[in-house]
Amino acid sequence: MKHTLSVLVENKPGVLARVAGLFARRGFNINSLAVGITEDPDISRMTITVDAEEHPIEQVTKQLHKLINVIKITDLDPEKTVARELALIKVKSDAGTRAEVMQLAEIFRARILDVSKKTLTIEITGTYEKIDALEQLLAPHGVTEIVRTGRIAIERGEK
Amino acid sequence: MKGSEAIIESLKAAGVDVVFGLPGGMVIPLYDALFDSDLKHYLVRHEQGAAHMADGYARATGKVGVCIATSGPGATNLVTGIANAYMDSTPMVAITGQARSDLIGTDAFQEADITGITEPIVKHSYLIKKTEDIPRVFREAFYIASTGRPGPVLIDIPSDIQLADIDYKPAGKPDLPGYKPTLKGHKKQIRAAAKAIAAAERPVLYAGGGIITAGAEKELMAIAKLMKIPVTTTLMGLGGFPENNDLSLGMLGMHGTGYANYAVTHCDLLIGVGARFDDRVTGKLATFARQAKKIHIDMDPAEISKNVAIDIPIVGDARDVLAGIHAELKTMKREPKKTALWLEQVITWKKKHPLHYKDEKGAIMPQYVIEEINRITRSDAILCTDVGQHQMWSALFYSHIKPRHWVSSGGLGTMGFGFPAAIGAKVGRPDKVVIDVAGDGSFQMNIQELATAVCYDIPVIVCILNNGFLGMVRQWQELFWNKRYSETVISCQPDFAAVAEAYGALGMTITGKKDVGDAIRTAIKSKRPAVLDFHVKAEENVFPMVPAGKSIDEMIGGHKS
Ligand SMILES: Cc1ncc(C[n+]2csc(CCOP(=O)(O)OP(=O)(O)O)c2C)c(N)n1
Repeated sequence: MKHTLSVLVENKPGVLARVAGLFARRGFNINSLAVGITEDPDISRMTITVDAEEHPIEQVTKQLHKLINVIKITDLDPEKTVARELALIKVKSDAGTRAEVMQLAEIFRARILDVSKKTLTIEITGTYEKIDALEQLLAPHGVTEIVRTGRIAIERGEK
Repeated sequence: MKGSEAIIESLKAAGVDVVFGLPGGMVIPLYDALFDSDLKHYLVRHEQGAAHMADGYARATGKVGVCIATSGPGATNLVTGIANAYMDSTPMVAITGQARSDLIGTDAFQEADITGITEPIVKHSYLIKKTEDIPRVFREAFYIASTGRPGPVLIDIPSDIQLADIDYKPAGKPDLPGYKPTLKGHKKQIRAAAKAIAAAERPVLYAGGGIITAGAEKELMAIAKLMKIPVTTTLMGLGGFPENNDLSLGMLGMHGTGYANYAVTHCDLLIGVGARFDDRVTGKLATFARQAKKIHIDMDPAEISKNVAIDIPIVGDARDVLAGIHAELKTMKREPKKTALWLEQVITWKKKHPLHYKDEKGAIMPQYVIEEINRITRSDAILCTDVGQHQMWSALFYSHIKPRHWVSSGGLGTMGFGFPAAIGAKVGRPDKVVIDVAGDGSFQMNIQELATAVCYDIPVIVCILNNGFLGMVRQWQELFWNKRYSETVISCQPDFAAVAEAYGALGMTITGKKDVGDAIRTAIKSKRPAVLDFHVKAEENVFPMVPAGKSIDEMIGGHKS
């Protein structure tokens, strides 16, 4: 099962390395990790998705908590969370197929960022399932490069 | 003042009066400030020694141990000592010099990314980038090292930061939003634990190093006595419960006593306190205390249910939690006879499977040396050890009756730890006889610290149980590898007594059983650093022993024939 952890950390040098290092040496596998500062510039938020099949999520969070710079960890409930990911996809496309690819992008409400003679570069945000779906549809055209940010997530409601 | 002077002030503010270290280019400013200070600095011969001395000092005194090294190789020489302190939760602050700030990241001379290298083996670390941060960082470092579950904290300081000027003001209370150790145990859980204890018919208390860290020996004793519960300790917990008490089961685990391992295997309630269900203790997990309900009291929430599923977890300071449980128990109607049958069973095991060894004519048995040390010091010495067979014999054949009198490398199992740790312990407790039991292999890993002991006149007594082997590994080869002694014969041993004399210490070689006691007494009386080289029976084994991966009641060699 995939878990999404929302981790508040002090915005200090070395924190990312400590968090990533902890995962590596405890044998936990990170699926994605996104970091950015929060409304408080002294605090950053990391959104970490982990596969918690092999290791109970409880051990992951307890070990994370031991890091001095980690302030708070929330295991986000998917039902009460909105999650997004951003991807940039470069796909082969010439005059003959351009219209078709653009149409696909439109269906997914993706944007075309760049056009060259032989490629289109598409920006898409959404759940990672949505991004996966577009990726699959584009695959027959020949995807030359994909960059994904990893998931960021926030709890619904007023809190 | 200069940054370096602010470091001294910060150390003094933390109550430090003793530091261990060795200078180098990137800590010259700090050493220059040290020169004028009234901090006592012990110059070691290898930085690993400094780290272990700080560690031994901390274990014997309960204070934070401090070590200093220069950048690069000085810092990397500390690594084993830092890892050792981390595994055994020793409070330590390691200070390392670093290349000038503007050179960091350029592979400058003697630059090593020591915060990166030590990241997995410290509780926390700092690279100081601004001189004005010095007071705050030191304040935080000592606070983190000594509170909660203690551990080593590293402070890396570029040389220019030590040189820059600072308007020194002592730091205020640490403000660490992410660090709030839980001290008080949860009331409801404490009550649940008390209830389970009152209901148990075959309870066992299993105490680890956390007992000693928390100073919870009295509280542990109070519960054991009130409810008549036998107590076993881990290697790290030795001295946390007096072994001359009838309720003591001694140590459990791979080289634990038969009766401790049987009691744990058959108990209906296991109360773990400040212990971490380490694999050397549990043996095969599936069969460990399988009939027992389990209570686990620990400072570190991450330890609870890490290896073994726990029924009643309590996070908090062992002393506070045990006092709470004791208070609850006293209000309960108890049946003092409840554990009577169980205690009878335990006594039967003790009689049937006592610790023993076969005396051999003409040989000094290693166990006998430990027993003699115990008799002569009346179980009152601070006993330090290296790692190997001699360590296990010291754990088993010495009567551990007081906390902070046992200094041994548990988690990391560091050969070379014992001797420098003993020096640190003696520095911290000059009133005590301090004895390091060493192997002939282990002692040579930090033998150079003889110079430190002699130079500062630190009368530590090293008792080498010289068997001409890397004994513990040889034992495994004998038992499980068809006696193929691959690289465990150490035949080119020096004359240890002569080496000791060359360094200016007292050296003796003992080859006859009748001379063992005299040698120990002479060394104690001499009040000098001493090395006693006991030529013991070479192929003696540590028993009982649980083969790796077996259940702890499947001991070999545990039966008296
Ligand atoms: C630094 C280090 N290297 C290797 C080992 C593996 N090891 C564990 S016990 C042991 C043998 C120790 O021999 P010795 O010090 O002579 O003690 P004995 O077992 O003979 O009492 C070895 C090599 C270790 N624990 N630490």
